[in-house]
Amino acid sequence: MRVQWKEKAMRCVFGAAACACILAVLLICFFLFANGLPFFEQVPVLDFLSGEVWRPSSGQFGILPMILGSVYVTAGALILGAPLGILTAVYLARFCSKRMYAVLKPAISLLAGIPSVVYGFFGLTVIVPAVRETLGGFGSSMLAASLLLALMILPTVVLQAEAALRAVPENYYEGSLALGATREASVFRTVVPAAKSGLLAAVILALGRAVGETMAVMMVAGNQARMPSGLLSGIRTLTVNIVMEMGYATDLHRQALMATGVALFVFILLINLLFSALKQKGVKP
Amino acid sequence: MEKIIVENLNLYYDGAQALKSVNLRIEANRVTALIGPSGCGKSTLLKTLNRMNDLVPGCRMTGRVLLDGQNILEANTDVNQLRKRVGMVFQKPNPFPMSVYDNVAYGPRTHGVRGRARLDDLVERSLRSAAIWDELKDRLHKSAMALSGGQQQRLCMARALAVEPEVLLMDEPTSALDPISTGKIEDLVAQLKQRYTIVMVTHNMQQALRVSDFTSFFLLGEQVETGETERLFSSPQDKRTEDYITGRFG
Repeated sequence: MRVQWKEKAMRCVFGAAACACILAVLLICFFLFANGLPFFEQVPVLDFLSGEVWRPSSGQFGILPMILGSVYVTAGALILGAPLGILTAVYLARFCSKRMYAVLKPAISLLAGIPSVVYGFFGLTVIVPAVRETLGGFGSSMLAASLLLALMILPTVVLQAEAALRAVPENYYEGSLALGATREASVFRTVVPAAKSGLLAAVILALGRAVGETMAVMMVAGNQARMPSGLLSGIRTLTVNIVMEMGYATDLHRQALMATGVALFVFILLINLLFSALKQKGVKP
Repeated sequence: MEKIIVENLNLYYDGAQALKSVNLRIEANRVTALIGPSGCGKSTLLKTLNRMNDLVPGCRMTGRVLLDGQNILEANTDVNQLRKRVGMVFQKPNPFPMSVYDNVAYGPRTHGVRGRARLDDLVERSLRSAAIWDELKDRLHKSAMALSGGQQQRLCMARALAVEPEVLLMDEPTSALDPISTGKIEDLVAQLKQRYTIVMVTHNMQQALRVSDFTSFFLLGEQVETGETERLFSSPQDKRTEDYITGRFG
């Protein structure tokens, strides 16, 4: 009798813990939309999303520059970071010696634990001057932000991609070797294609990280709220837009920032849906 | 004519000896069966013949394995070329997760065969050799993963044949299959020996009796007795062989 009661109580505790998570998500959703949506009564959604001018003081709220800023910076980070990360994962999963692995794996995991403001500082003192000196301009630019973000998403890509590669049955690799294929050919023509949905999932997870990153990007991107005009021009992302102006924004301006948050949230939501869809597909043999 | 001669082969896994001074002669264009209880070293020997043991960390070998007189254990052996000459079919069918056509064309493509017409021809010939062309000719571009286990295994044989090997190693190729598929594979082996030298590991003594010309019995890493299959099964010369084939252990 007593045991049964205890079991019930514990079940309630676990249930409450799980509910707290869900509740947090629901509350965030609710307040974000409650605060952001009224803005669209004053400014039409389309004007907001496709407006090229962001000038809150004169009532112009177009976030297209920031949307493009986020998209460009993220795309740049993926173009640089995804191949590098996947090749690193291939090396970890297939080619490196045990001793090398014991050094590399913790180093890459450590990369994931570095606070983003530290990355930002690194970007500010190393990447920005390097860009300025080699390519000209101010240095704080789309390129600098992409380079820094590429570095920051590496651990996500590498760890996820390595897991995906290791999940491929060993007998594909052996079957390929037994046909006289080289190790490289066996890896790139059987193991990598067999892991492709997992690799894509790794890239999409990294994409989510890159879109959401704020602090490090703010320190190196220049943050000008205008249409991006090239690799070396300064840009502002959606996240940076919110952080920079939230402190002093009031009324409609404040609501516009909330609405920027809604746009970002929907963006991330779509990416996560894509991620879980691909992950589900990857489970199939 | 011997295709392969194994001379005084010792093999160690991390210091544990898995093969003890094995000597064996494998005749060209014949089927040689390797039999013996689990852990006796027969699969290990098979994997030595195409150097797949190289994948096992801590594996060390001494002695010689001559393929057409050339010692394949030498450090400067081109193992990729060796594995092209000595093909292998695994215990568990392992088609790649791609189409039937791409599975068969995989080996030739790896070895530089290009051109649609040449590949088409090679794929058809290989599938015909593996007696599976008629079953698969209408689904060449469907995934190989959708085939039955028996079809997958014959596809794997076709895939191995597509690189035009001289020797075919088969590691318990029917142990995962139903009796009908097993029969098909055995018929196939009988046909293939006209063109290839076949070495087959099997747990099934009836199978050894049905398909092989020579049989070699292994026990605890030692080659105990080798001879013509009928002779070995009807009048084994070693007491241990007799005990094994009459089912007293193993």
